[in-house]
Amino acid sequence: MIGRLAAIAGTLTLCLACCAQEASVREEPPNLHGSHQLDPEGVTEKSVIRDYLESWKSMRQALDSNQASQLSPYFAGTAKDRLADVITQQAKMGIHTQYVDRSHDLQIIFYSPEGLSIEMTDDVVYDEQVMQGGNTLGTQTIHARYLAVLTPGDVRWMVRIFQPEAGSANAGDETSIKGPGGRTAR
Amino acid sequence: MRIHRICVLAGIVLGAPGFASAQAGALNLPASVRAGAAFTIPTSGSGKATLYIVGPGQVLRRDVDLGTPLEFAAGDLYNAGRYVVVLTGGASDVGQLEVTPVPKPSNIAFLAKPSRLPVGLRGGISGTAYVFDAYHNLILNPIPVSFDLTNQSSPEQKTTADSHNGVAWTEMNSAERQGKAKFIARAEGVEVTRIIQEVPGDPCSLTMTAKPSGKEVELQTQPIRDCSGNPVPDGTIVTFTATYNGTQTTADVPIKQDTARVEMPVHPGAVISVASGVVAGNEIRWEGRP
Repeated sequence: MIGRLAAIAGTLTLCLACCAQEASVREEPPNLHGSHQLDPEGVTEKSVIRDYLESWKSMRQALDSNQASQLSPYFAGTAKDRLADVITQQAKMGIHTQYVDRSHDLQIIFYSPEGLSIEMTDDVVYDEQVMQGGNTLGTQTIHARYLAVLTPGDVRWMVRIFQPEAGSANAGDETSIKGPGGRTAR
Repeated sequence: MRIHRICVLAGIVLGAPGFASAQAGALNLPASVRAGAAFTIPTSGSGKATLYIVGPGQVLRRDVDLGTPLEFAAGDLYNAGRYVVVLTGGASDVGQLEVTPVPKPSNIAFLAKPSRLPVGLRGGISGTAYVFDAYHNLILNPIPVSFDLTNQSSPEQKTTADSHNGVAWTEMNSAERQGKAKFIARAEGVEVTRIIQEVPGDPCSLTMTAKPSGKEVELQTQPIRDCSGNPVPDGTIVTFTATYNGTQTTADVPIKQDTARVEMPVHPGAVISVASGVVAGNEIRWEGRP
């Protein structure tokens, strides 16, 4: 029975992982409150969104494998430091985290006049699954409006601030937990 | 299709009430806590358990005596964000916790550009201020940010803007007079200063005189100023050109103490001109005497 339950838990993990491959992405037209306009060809906008979505992949991999080195190309400053600290702590505690982003709704809201920073919002839905080895300790589906500040690096835009707006989570979040004896409940 | 079936199966199994933990719901989480503030999570039941608070900003683990409130001291959880809270071991529960920034500014990241520019440029200076709390969380509710640009020899420029999604910005003119300007961003007692070097612009006009000096001609400009009356910096290059019968002789001379001066051979009947950058000065036809 326990073996069967472990298999089911494994299947859930597989399911979350497979669903992770296909996050839907919606791009809203920029709504800038700064004086600096994006180029009309949309080159900057495309680059920023591409690099931001890549940063999610990098974050997913880093937090799942507890490898901070995976953050380097896409994160800088405070965002990178915080994620690196999380990875260090997770490794010490013997846990790792699987983030599965289901959807992103993106909009650029600020381009600083000197061109050194871009701010965007991401109305994102993702699953966060806390794991210990192969066991799931708990899963939550989170719907939040994240705010990201990106600054230009040598070859790409890098996420420097990554923070949800207060009170932006929805109330209908799903929950699943792993109960005593390896059982999983929802 | 097969994957979809597996997902559905997993969903049905997880939804089955028979798998619900007898002690699920052992946590009573606050909806949100302020970054760095002390808080308590009441627990129910009995026995030992382990609690994890996990998010992209921070991770905490605590041993729990079920039935006893779990105390978190000030400064334990300080990074703003959404956290998953998992209770495991003697009881199981999971929930979410939101950590919000402290609404009082403690730090400003101030991007000012450029660090050096000519005087008299409209909208030539820009400043962007990101406002953070003591834990370097971006404060997202509006905060008034004032920007001051002061240069000892020019009137102060001052403006205030409310931050929007954590950021406030401004554009200002460079002063009419050269000098070091202090560019200050302030928010509720926190201030950050950047120094902007305001330098003279291009020469406004160039006027030279010529007089014999032995076998050569001494050429010297009047004091060179920009259009705001600032002396153009030493080292700025002035070019003197003598043209005679289609042949040109040139001398590039740095400004020294407001003027440029050179002695060069000039054939009688030659036309001498002077220029610096895009500014051309007067012309003199040299007849062998002033």
